Amino acid sequence: MTTATETKPEVVLSNDEILRYSRHLIMPEVGMEGQLKLKAARVLCIGAGGLGSPLALYLAAAGVGTLGIVDFDVVDYTNLQRQIIHSTADVGRKKLDSAAEKLKAINPFLNLRPFETRLTSANALDLFREFDIIADGTDNFPTRYLVNDACVLTGKPNVYGSIFRFEGQASVFATEDGPCYRCLYPEPPPPGLVPSCAEGGVLGILPGLVGVIQATETIKLILGQGDSLAGRLLLVDALGMKFRELKLRKNPDCPVCGKNRTITKLIDYEEFCGIRGQEAPVEDVVPAISVEELKKKLDAKSDVFILDVREPHEYQICNLNGYLVPLNDLPKRVSELDSSREIVAHCKMGGRSAKAVQFLRQAGFKKVYNLTGGITAWAEKVDPGMPKY
Amino acid sequence: MAQVQIPSPLRQYTQKQASVSVAANTVGGALSGLVAQHPDLKRHLFNDDGKLRAFVNVYVNDEDMRYLEKEATALKEGDTISIVPSIAGGSC
Repeated sequence: MTTATETKPEVVLSNDEILRYSRHLIMPEVGMEGQLKLKAARVLCIGAGGLGSPLALYLAAAGVGTLGIVDFDVVDYTNLQRQIIHSTADVGRKKLDSAAEKLKAINPFLNLRPFETRLTSANALDLFREFDIIADGTDNFPTRYLVNDACVLTGKPNVYGSIFRFEGQASVFATEDGPCYRCLYPEPPPPGLVPSCAEGGVLGILPGLVGVIQATETIKLILGQGDSLAGRLLLVDALGMKFRELKLRKNPDCPVCGKNRTITKLIDYEEFCGIRGQEAPVEDVVPAISVEELKKKLDAKSDVFILDVREPHEYQICNLNGYLVPLNDLPKRVSELDSSREIVAHCKMGGRSAKAVQFLRQAGFKKVYNLTGGITAWAEKVDPGMPKY
Repeated sequence: MAQVQIPSPLRQYTQKQASVSVAANTVGGALSGLVAQHPDLKRHLFNDDGKLRAFVNVYVNDEDMRYLEKEATALKEGDTISIVPSIAGGSC
């Protein structure tokens, strides 16, 4: 099933463009007709990060005429491992500015439309109506459901990609006859169940692999060539270098694209994903100790038992000489701990150790405290020589 | 025997195994066998009512079990069951 945008009569290619795109033009699958379709096309990329980087770079290179980019974030040092549109000199800069500069450098013929805003239920529909295809490069469930619903409601295909650690998924949702994201996943996971990249890690190349698959699908939709991923879920396993395909069907009972639609306007997606009304984070409710207080106790040679609930590979990066019991192993190994001692539990930033403290308190430990901010806070406030990761 | 493919977010509950063998005649039997072998997996796959969570899809070979006979789908020797949860990473 293919979709093609119509060639708008006023789009022409200059001699420079013809030379630029020669490798496209000499293939019958593209040719002048296809290249004009690319130039007439308007693609909106949501996110200029991991997936958005390769996606936008290749769409600009290919000659997509209008590229919209939605991103309100700033380049962070830890982004450089995978967000290849940004360079070291861009750290601290708006991702939009950094991306715009690189894209225009690759292709000055590009009509770049930046949107420095968060995509919301209030702006998505109007925004999507100005484009032909939407490419989803976001990193959270509420936005993915928002993008999906807005695509179905405005009739725009949703070129989808997502990643986790070393696995990815890709598909094309919301084509006229094809399934939408909700046909596949009617409900999101509860918050906190699926870790983000910051918590789970991600192989740097992975968004490259998946982002270029998204760029490929976008170009195929514009050209009306090949077999799109609509109706198929491509599963990418980078470690095994295996690509599998699962069949996707349009769900006749889908609330947003099915026969009896109950969702006819955008909703509150944070609430849908259970983020609003969530209980206070565990870190806020367990007894805690600051890194400065811990340092004082250690200097005074108090009898403090440091419990490190991170993973062994994190311990190797840096540690406080703590006793290592990864959080998931704690229930099985709780007998190794002495409840008569004062225990300070820590992890990287304070989240996992808060859960450990909650668990131990429920198990009857009275003198166990969470190290606020984790070993990261220690590196920031007590020992600047300690690496942060 | 059927092979159940475990997606990476859930491998921490199967002692890091990417694939688990279960002896079962139906998909439902295979999933029960899986959580019997790896009890920590249960709450990630099933809610308190014992129903499969809506953000987890189960495929038999390349077909979504919802469009076959769901948990009653019969298994043949060599069938692969895939658990496919939703993942969201992409921009971070």
